[in-house]
Amino acid sequence: MSEGGAANPSLIELALTFNKIALASFGGGLSAWSREVVVVERRWMSEEEFLSALTICRILPGANQVNLAVFVGTKFHGVAGAIAATVGLTTVPVLVVLALGWFYFTYREVPAMQSVLKGMTAAAVAMTLAMAIKTGRKCLRGPVAILLFVAIFVLSALVRLPLFVALGICGPLALWWAWPRRKVVAP
Amino acid sequence: MVGVAAEEGGGAVSPRTLVQLLAVFGSLSLLSIGGGNTVLPQMHLDAVQTYHWLNSRQFADVFAISQAAPGPSILIVTLVGYAAAGWVGALVATVAMLVPAGALVYFLARFWNASKEAPWRQAVEKGFAPLTVGLVLASGVIVAKSADHGYRAWALTAVATVIFTCTKTNPLVVVAVAGLIGWLGWV
Repeated sequence: MSEGGAANPSLIELALTFNKIALASFGGGLSAWSREVVVVERRWMSEEEFLSALTICRILPGANQVNLAVFVGTKFHGVAGAIAATVGLTTVPVLVVLALGWFYFTYREVPAMQSVLKGMTAAAVAMTLAMAIKTGRKCLRGPVAILLFVAIFVLSALVRLPLFVALGICGPLALWWAWPRRKVVAP
Repeated sequence: MVGVAAEEGGGAVSPRTLVQLLAVFGSLSLLSIGGGNTVLPQMHLDAVQTYHWLNSRQFADVFAISQAAPGPSILIVTLVGYAAAGWVGALVATVAMLVPAGALVYFLARFWNASKEAPWRQAVEKGFAPLTVGLVLASGVIVAKSADHGYRAWALTAVATVIFTCTKTNPLVVVAVAGLIGWLGWV
């Protein structure tokens, strides 16, 4: 039920895929890109497994996207897979950051890229919103799911509670709701 | 003098600095619950106030650079490491930031994969999905707010969201066009 249909990707394939995800994410939107590639394109995970992994990766310490790479890599190849995915995700971005940083420390400024970035950020935000719409269509079936979705959005985006507090409130409710039961007697 | 190592470039790197980098970023890695950006205040304190690897202005600039680059946003650590101890420092800081949190995720992912039939995993997959959709939507809104999204940026975001949601256009094309629009100064 929770398995994506795909064959086992090789280590190289893992690294290249996460490299692609990283490079696509100029201006942000890394979660949306991860979903686009891992769920839609490669079918390595089902929608639900991906989404729950994403939240698990948010709760754990570390950058969410690195965590997700480790998670996906581990699923297929254990330690080696985790390393391959992480190396794939971070190598080129590290080199880009270093090049920009070297330029900055040497010349004390970075060539004006602010305006390009502004446009890309607008698109990255759009990609994130589109991901919410696409996944919402599949996962927000029924009043309880919608209620949970609205609750955590309000607590997180509008009230600006820290992730832990927002999840501390909504998480147990969600688990209680989703816990597999035999026949439930209607109240 | 601040940022000396980076400016001299390639001079002898003191082992003490490398140990400090390992200690600082290794512990920040485990503290970064909820994503890398949650430890920025502590990172600032350590890098600027305690160890004087760079000054406050440089820290802000380096943060902007790391946000501009593709890939995980946590790569600010690469540049702080670079400021502290050149190329070696960059490598040490990056690895120190990635490995501890990555190891934690690895063990959790192993456990996750070993519990395919467990009720708790089914509950997490079903129950966390609507929460993740809410958190994704929230992160889009929060990024837009913090990126100082004007009405033109919002218009671009709206158009791009419709394109992402309703068409099969390659997202990379949309991001590139958005960057071009930004470069032309229309955002």
